[in-house]
Amino acid sequence: MAEESKPGAEKPAEPAAKPPPKPGGETPPKPAAKPPPKKKVPTVMEVSPWESPLVDSLRERFGDQIKEFSSYRDQSFLVAELSAVVPIIEFLKLEQDFDYLVDVTAVDYPKRENRFDLIWILYSFARNTRIRVKAQAGEGDSPATVTSAYQTANWLEREVFDMFGITFDGHPNMTRILLPDEWQGYPLRKEHSIIQQDEDWVRENLHIESAQ
Amino acid sequence: MEQATFLDTNELVLNMGPQHPSTHGVLRVILKLDGEKVLGTECVIGYLHRGVEKIAENRTYVQFAPYVDRMDYVAAVSNGLGYCLAIETLLAVEIPERAQAVRVILSELNRIASHLLWLGTHALDIGAITPVFYCFREREEVLKIFEKYCGARLTTHAFRIGGLLYETYDGFEKDCLTFCDWLEGKVDEYEELLTTNRIWLGRTKGVGILNAEDCKDYGVTGPVLRAAGVKWDIRKALPYSGYEKYDFDVPTAENGDTYDRYLVRIAEMRQSVRIIRQGVENLPSGPIKGKVAKVLKPPIGEAYTSIEAPKGELGYFVVSDGSTQPYRLRVRPPSFVNLQALDKMCRGSLVADVVAIIGTIDIVLGEVDR
Repeated sequence: MAEESKPGAEKPAEPAAKPPPKPGGETPPKPAAKPPPKKKVPTVMEVSPWESPLVDSLRERFGDQIKEFSSYRDQSFLVAELSAVVPIIEFLKLEQDFDYLVDVTAVDYPKRENRFDLIWILYSFARNTRIRVKAQAGEGDSPATVTSAYQTANWLEREVFDMFGITFDGHPNMTRILLPDEWQGYPLRKEHSIIQQDEDWVRENLHIESAQ
Repeated sequence: MEQATFLDTNELVLNMGPQHPSTHGVLRVILKLDGEKVLGTECVIGYLHRGVEKIAENRTYVQFAPYVDRMDYVAAVSNGLGYCLAIETLLAVEIPERAQAVRVILSELNRIASHLLWLGTHALDIGAITPVFYCFREREEVLKIFEKYCGARLTTHAFRIGGLLYETYDGFEKDCLTFCDWLEGKVDEYEELLTTNRIWLGRTKGVGILNAEDCKDYGVTGPVLRAAGVKWDIRKALPYSGYEKYDFDVPTAENGDTYDRYLVRIAEMRQSVRIIRQGVENLPSGPIKGKVAKVLKPPIGEAYTSIEAPKGELGYFVVSDGSTQPYRLRVRPPSFVNLQALDKMCRGSLVADVVAIIGTIDIVLGEVDR
């Protein structure tokens, strides 16, 4: 389960041991003097566990609804069940002083069962701490809105809808925000190709084949 | 519907923009009016949407760097700094001290340039024509320094992932110090023109109030938040690029109205001057680029890095899949988030105040729409 939440898990990482191809087959003058340094490329996100009093209180409150508490590059995040996100965020806001919703965004992993990662970034002025709440959402899932807790979420969730086609349940105005209303498709999904889009436009409007 | 007599006022829906000169770009605001009073607004945005985040997924990390300059094009240096820091966080690379100091100097110069442009156009919107000429004159000096440093004036692409590409030019320090000395007198001049000007006070005092609670609720950052009395600046709270070594204050005000935001931005320019002076006087020597590979392949992972851009918190959330291109790059634009509070600020005020309020949020539509 934890493996699936890592970005790039479905994309096989570069084979680490493959040496760079040498130009020409003849023996280089000093092959032993400088062997290419074989760095081990990690195939998953190398996270470290996140421990703090906040984590303890979240564990106590939400139990196994939160699957993971981790930290990467000194940035802490938790991975939760999608249905538990709103209670967690409200708990963080009302009882733990996380009074500023920095951002709501999503990442698309089309090959995964639940293709979207949803990310809420929260900040607490009192604690001077920033954390991320992550959850997976499948195609057709409607995560609940957090507009009741933070007004900021209104436009941010609309942008996620606009770009990924994830509808937020209970949102007051779930319409496109940056793209025109008649736009087809969701551009930040991985299958949305910018070349394809250009070709379609040229074919439809100029009646020729695009040279892209 | 009741018959309206000529004394009755009916609700009127008025379209402002997208080509209205005071919307600073292509912003369309739909106003619902009762006579002169604003009952509610709705912003229609996206006219400048270029799909920056999608472009990022189709470019390498290095290739994408110039694109970020085109978002907030009056603060391109800050945009570039945020982007470089985000990728450097993923790469876990150390930036040499000299590069950090030059970055701070240029970013602060950019903050001054951005605030000057804001002040000039904001005053122009409200009806004071003189400041815009003065502000653009001073801004020109900043742009000249940028031009001498990297060859470009607006979309500078001044920094590279890992440090700097260019060493400072001969006379960089002198130019910066001369500009600082010169600017301080000029800021005094603006204050003489505006701070106690009766018309300015009448147009800005008590207009577009957003208190601290609402600021937090709407996620508003930057000078708007500080004008509401919240002493929060990412340069102090979560320092980056060596800001912890500089001695400067975070100016705040109390009322959270348009006038207070003006005072905060004026004070910020003075603080930027302080930072630039310290940076130039203690400019360390040494390398300007950290140890980064020719081909950047950040390890699999994700990071959110944000900076205090002139307009507020500018954040980059980058997901790497270990390849040369970002798997996902999200920009958290301060203008976009701050603009959302426009409705709250406008309700109950007059039509003419809407212009002042759009100006006081300090938005750049290139960044709102991305």
